[in-house]
Amino acid sequence: MSDTAVHIQRLRRVYVWEKPVRIYHWLNVLVLLALVVTGFYIANPLALQSQHEATGKFTMGWIRYIHFAAAYIFFFNFLFRIYWGFVGNKYASWRQFLPISRKFFKEMWYVFRMDILMLKGREHMSIGHNAMAGFIYFLTFVVFLVQCLTGFGLYASTSSWWFPKLFAWVPAMLGGDILTRQVHHWAMWFFILFVVIHVYLVFYHDYVEGRGEMSSMGGGWKFIEEETFTRGHHQTPNPEKAKAQDGPVK
Amino acid sequence: MSNDALPKLPPTYYQEVERKGYSRRDFLGFVTMMAAFMGLEKSAIGQVVKALETKPRVPVIWLHFQECTCCSESFIRSSHPIVADILLDKISLDYSETLMAASGFQAEASMKNTMEKYKGEYILCVEGSVPTAADGVYCMIGGKTSMQILEEAAANAKAVIAWGSCASNGCVQSARPNPTSATPIHKVLKAGVPLIKVPGCPPIGEVMAGVIVHLVTFGKIPELDRLGRPKAFYSKRVHDSCYRRPYYDAGLFVESFDDENAKKGYCLYKVGCKGPSTYNACGVMKWNNGTSYPIQAGHGCIGCSEENYWDNGRLYERASAFAGFGIEANADDLGKVALAATGVAVAAHAIATNVRKHKLIFNLEKEGKQSEKELES
Repeated sequence: MSDTAVHIQRLRRVYVWEKPVRIYHWLNVLVLLALVVTGFYIANPLALQSQHEATGKFTMGWIRYIHFAAAYIFFFNFLFRIYWGFVGNKYASWRQFLPISRKFFKEMWYVFRMDILMLKGREHMSIGHNAMAGFIYFLTFVVFLVQCLTGFGLYASTSSWWFPKLFAWVPAMLGGDILTRQVHHWAMWFFILFVVIHVYLVFYHDYVEGRGEMSSMGGGWKFIEEETFTRGHHQTPNPEKAKAQDGPVK
Repeated sequence: MSNDALPKLPPTYYQEVERKGYSRRDFLGFVTMMAAFMGLEKSAIGQVVKALETKPRVPVIWLHFQECTCCSESFIRSSHPIVADILLDKISLDYSETLMAASGFQAEASMKNTMEKYKGEYILCVEGSVPTAADGVYCMIGGKTSMQILEEAAANAKAVIAWGSCASNGCVQSARPNPTSATPIHKVLKAGVPLIKVPGCPPIGEVMAGVIVHLVTFGKIPELDRLGRPKAFYSKRVHDSCYRRPYYDAGLFVESFDDENAKKGYCLYKVGCKGPSTYNACGVMKWNNGTSYPIQAGHGCIGCSEENYWDNGRLYERASAFAGFGIEANADDLGKVALAATGVAVAAHAIATNVRKHKLIFNLEKEGKQSEKELES
């Protein structure tokens, strides 16, 4: 408080989001938008064209076509992202998403206190996802899976391709299409709520951290203080380092 | 005909057909119709004819539990007279509470007789669900609970057919809160007895006949889907064979039952038609001698052959009901509330951020402004 001299940070450019991750992200944005909009139409079609003749019209047909095409892109994009979790950089790693270590839970608790309860203290320092975000993304992946299972499950009986038929067990397990459709509809709301919170938090982090959170999904870079490199107190789970630190150091 | 009078080898189906006064032409017409309904190839018609000519009648015990007898009604109104006359009247009915001549002690004796005499050969048809609450006292016949009767009758049956939605899924009497614990029979039966589910409230008469003809002709149960229903009749959605489907694809819908669109015969999707979620053959086989079916009569499908159709949302709406939030809540209402709550939470968080992290933000700004000034000079 007392020192009036402004401490000018030296920032280093860090390549956080690799190109495949960025492509995955924006492709996901596009297809999710298409899926939600067409999904709402399919669930409750607008009475826009009741005055028209059926001849030559295929409105619902096209909307459903877009929904199914987007669903295929969504599914394979999702599979690709899982694959990239094993070959991408440490910020893309699957370890960012699974709460399987004590450190992960500790960071989640810390993020909860600092960013949600707004307690005072040293700000946490996560360069990729923080543990809380990682865990929420893990939940989105679970909902992705639910949507793929119920969606292709519903689609299975109308398709003659073997691939959607792989999902035919889903409506059978849920006792029929009625409940499957409802689960598919309920789960859709998760995405809408997620998008609101996600976009807000991107603004939030950009605002309170000043590291270029918002633009990072464009160019892939975040701007990290020089000190972080020397002090090394950022909280990104690093398996190699964690193993080494499991010894007497910690 | 009492069971005691039965000869060692019961008459074949064709003998019964002849005895009843039907011509060979009627018989072949019946077989062709059945083969077509079952989705058999033309070459299989001969197989069916031969089976019905040579195979002795299969004894059938038809049990009624918690139900309304609409399945029996549907069956005896099957379009072809031979269905009612031969399959039901003559072949089966060693025991059927609704249609047998015997009553009381005689009836029970008749069932016991069939079960002993045709051990492992008879087909057990079950209409209705089994109440399991309070040890099954909610459905008792001849001093026994339906649970006991079913267990006894199923033990030595060749196959069990669950007629209708009650026996297949529980139907309306198993709707929440299900006071009698009405249970579909597959949850009560011991594993090992082949079970065919023929859901519908009621199922189509010709479908019921088709299942029996298949059992008789091939001596084994028809190919079943994952839910245990015969694929021949339950592999397509009502939606897929609906004559109003072009209106659906065009995006033309009935908005309310008395509007202009309803008169034009547009798709009933928006007034709650469950055709897109319902697997049945209504659109193809239709009802009452192929006269019509609900959608043709201007009413949406209610999904009567689907599990839990009575609790899964309302009949005249597509909206997804949200269990646990009352019958008036649907997923979208809840979603909008959640969305508003999220919006409020986000706004509150934004305000809190500016208050609680004021110093942090202030320093960042100061740092940024300082750099900006240095660039100026």
